[in-house]
Amino acid sequence: MKTCLIVDDSSVIRKVARRILEGLEFTIEEAEDGEQALAACQRKLPEAILLDWNMPKMDGYEFLRVLRRLPGGDGPKVVFCTTENDVAHIARALHAGANEYIMKPFDKEIVEAKFQEVGLI
Amino acid sequence: MTPADFDYLRKMLRERSGLVLSAEKQYLAESRLLPLVRRNGLASLADLIGDIRLKPSSQLATDTVSAMTTNETFFFRDKAPFENFRDYIMPALVAVRLREKRIRIWCAAASTGQEPYSLAMTLNEMGPALAGTRVEILATDLSGDVLDRAKAGLYSQFEVQRGLPIQQLLKYFTQEGDSWRIAPEIRAMVQFRTLNLLNDFSPLGTFDVVFCRNVLIYFDQETKIGVFNRIAKQIPDDGYLVLGAAETVVGLTDAFKPMPERRGVYTPNLAARRAGPVTLFASAKF
Ligand SMILES: C[S@@+](CC[C@H](N)C(=O)[O-])C[C@H]1O[C@@H](n2cnc3c(N)ncnc32)[C@H](O)[C@@H]1O
Repeated sequence: MKTCLIVDDSSVIRKVARRILEGLEFTIEEAEDGEQALAACQRKLPEAILLDWNMPKMDGYEFLRVLRRLPGGDGPKVVFCTTENDVAHIARALHAGANEYIMKPFDKEIVEAKFQEVGLI
Repeated sequence: MTPADFDYLRKMLRERSGLVLSAEKQYLAESRLLPLVRRNGLASLADLIGDIRLKPSSQLATDTVSAMTTNETFFFRDKAPFENFRDYIMPALVAVRLREKRIRIWCAAASTGQEPYSLAMTLNEMGPALAGTRVEILATDLSGDVLDRAKAGLYSQFEVQRGLPIQQLLKYFTQEGDSWRIAPEIRAMVQFRTLNLLNDFSPLGTFDVVFCRNVLIYFDQETKIGVFNRIAKQIPDDGYLVLGAAETVVGLTDAFKPMPERRGVYTPNLAARRAGPVTLFASAKF
């Protein structure tokens, strides 16, 4: 089973995302901000990361930049999942190494489509 | 809705669009038609059917048929058909059309445009592989309403996130508030026209590729056979038919045969063509 790290400061979003991704046969880990996410990745790199942008401590964009410089850090497929829904943000995220981008609000269909897009399912 | 009204509705849908609504789908009819009842200031479904009985060729009758059809679609639906189109169908056609340098594609149930635009984006990505071939895409649908949306090329955030890779979104769309508008050069690659598949479409001419996906599933066997055989007449020997994931010609007509290894892709059955007029497995009155 593949592991997906869900990074979001909202426990409600983490819960919704967890339910969807467990339905897609992922083992779930959770982090509330970029720092926690980085700690989790230093312990063990997941196959997938669902990543919010705006979070306290370290935001999603900053986390992604650090992640991609870790040894093996180019491995996980990173799918942003954020309310930052404008072209400028999307372009920055892709430039920093994001594989896909979900604009909130999202549902199961969208998560499934995007995870398929990057070859995770 | 009274049983008599429901029967009348089912008969009308079948005659006008081919849609077969089974007897237990009354709840579906009610949920899809109630908004139309309200919009037209009618008191009830009985009034709606009553009006249509009096004026069967009114706009209200047309709107009723439209309201009952399923328009669900998304960009690059099922993915594989578009990969087959890009990696196999188009290269093969470009090679045999080197002299004419013209390829015609028909999207026969285009709905709100995601399918023809997915084809147009795919062609755009192919670039030099098209060797200067002019490619036309004709997109048709029974419903003028969905085609109006297709022509506008404006999609909600939800619609652009189902099937469209994020890179393609950035490349081919511009943001307008919460919506996304298809790029003018992609829009310009597609012609739109209303067309009922139950009617004669021979005046459209021939097409090298026909995408007819997720519409025949709603039809009964006889109607499917009739449409397949008439589509066959519009496709040259070296052309292709692409169907939806739940559709097949197998057991219905020998006008086409499935391509081994390419699910959903069919080619004209040349043996059957040479044998004379299209033969049917089931005896249908077409
Ligand atoms: C489910 S959509 C399929 C859209 C697209 N081909 C796809 O696969 O995503 C079916 C479309 O068929 C259209 N349709 C239904 N009956 C039709 C008919 N008799 N002639 C032409 N189009 C028809 C409907 O209006 C609807 O837009």
